[in-house]
Amino acid sequence: MDLKPGAGGQRVNRLVDPISYHFLQFLWRTLHLLVSLWYLQVSMVQMIEGFLISSGLVKRYGALDIDKVRYLAIVVDSEEAYQISKVIQLLKWVEDMGVKHLCLYDSKGVLKTNKKTIMESLNNAMPFEEAVEKDVLLDQKQMTVEFASSSDGKEAITRAANVLFMKYLKYAKTGVGKEEPCFTEDQMDEALKAIGYKGPEPDLLLIYGPVRCHLGFSPWRLRYTEMVHMGPLRYMNLGSLKKAIHRFTTVQQNYGT
Amino acid sequence: MELYNGERPSVFRLLGKYMRKGLYSILTQGPIPTHIAFILDGNRRFAKKHKLPEGGGHKAGFLALLNVLTYCYELGVKYATIYAFSIDNFRRKPHEVQYVMDLMLEKIEGMIMEESIINAYDICVRFVGNLKLLSEPVKTAADKIMRATANNSKFVLLLAVCYTSTDEIVHAVEESSKDKLKSNEICNDGNGDCVIKIEEMEPYSEIKLVELERNTYINPYPDVLIRTSGETRLSNYLLWQTTNCILYSPHALWPEIGLRHVVWSVINFQRHYSYLEKHKEYLK
Repeated sequence: MDLKPGAGGQRVNRLVDPISYHFLQFLWRTLHLLVSLWYLQVSMVQMIEGFLISSGLVKRYGALDIDKVRYLAIVVDSEEAYQISKVIQLLKWVEDMGVKHLCLYDSKGVLKTNKKTIMESLNNAMPFEEAVEKDVLLDQKQMTVEFASSSDGKEAITRAANVLFMKYLKYAKTGVGKEEPCFTEDQMDEALKAIGYKGPEPDLLLIYGPVRCHLGFSPWRLRYTEMVHMGPLRYMNLGSLKKAIHRFTTVQQNYGT
Repeated sequence: MELYNGERPSVFRLLGKYMRKGLYSILTQGPIPTHIAFILDGNRRFAKKHKLPEGGGHKAGFLALLNVLTYCYELGVKYATIYAFSIDNFRRKPHEVQYVMDLMLEKIEGMIMEESIINAYDICVRFVGNLKLLSEPVKTAADKIMRATANNSKFVLLLAVCYTSTDEIVHAVEESSKDKLKSNEICNDGNGDCVIKIEEMEPYSEIKLVELERNTYINPYPDVLIRTSGETRLSNYLLWQTTNCILYSPHALWPEIGLRHVVWSVINFQRHYSYLEKHKEYLK
């Protein structure tokens, strides 16, 4: 965390009233120091809780209804994604828990670059594209792993937009009907699939990084996805993962109705 | 700022106002979010919890909304987006949908009556979403208040009605396609009809990401999104715009939201400001 004073601070002009300015700056920094101490305390409690859950001492998280998590996504901050050994450990936990379909995302594509290393470290996993090609997505024997980055989000939607636009132009060329371009969400779905984006909407998205922010995960696939912030990757633990999944299995959605 | 209230402020109100001013003078030593978005979740649960009559939760939620907008205005936030009504909400019971529409109409008409106050505070009100789905009276009233406040710029209140992100993305694709057609000037056969010759398909340049971004309903993008009731999903809201946005989910139900939640979201924004600015730069 890197605190930066804002333009608002200049309202108390340091030339006109330097004492007020410095006093307010002191109060502001003290406020943030107290907040940081609070978060430190929360992290320590979460680590202890995670350790207790991992050790099996908290019975509530013993049995997980993992079938409710049909598709899990994990977003990792790109700087932290370089810790490939940590990522592999996380995926092994996910695999052992019985998750069948997983999407790994970081905005810069660091995980994509290390796809081979990651896949080789997993016991029983298959790349998502291969599973789609072989039509074995429903096969419960192996975990499928999809790798994504920011180019699979808005840029993919832009490519799908061009597919729709070209289709419209071909239709307009026939001279039948003079309507303006009018598309539906189903057509956008089809266009995305046509250009290779067949990944479904995740049920649960776990964010490993400093901020609770999805960092550009495909907007088309996040409509009703539960997003849980897990904290920095370096502090990950099995207990927190179990707790997040357990919490998800108790969520009831009404989808706006 | 006191909206819809011509009464003389009480001592406690004045005291609260000055205490808030003191708090803001500390907070504004750091960066303040330009845009905060809200999902007003929990009105019905609040009504159930407090055994209120039908619609009581929404009425309490409206008062909470006025308070939150006041805090944003006083803090110097420039844009606030409210998820007032989703396209998915049309699937609720008809009488509930009608109640919300009637409440919306009542409040918009209230805003029209208080137009001079809204203009005095330099507030611009904009309705965004698939407004064709609104009933005629609500649409007419919304158009009226938008026209009346179009020139205001100190604070922009965006009300997302008949909105979902996926609908917005498809709308952006449609608008970008129409822009492409206009800019390439389709041939005109003299009767006002347009037929595109196959050889004219090639010169059309591709739709670019920046064009889609320009055609979304909601700009600029929010810095913080607050969804009450502890729910951790976006429910098809601002999916495109929240790439670099802090998602905050306090457990309070919407009518229970207060200054402390707004302040906490600003503090967290300040804590992670550098990180998010760096991420924005990378994605440009």
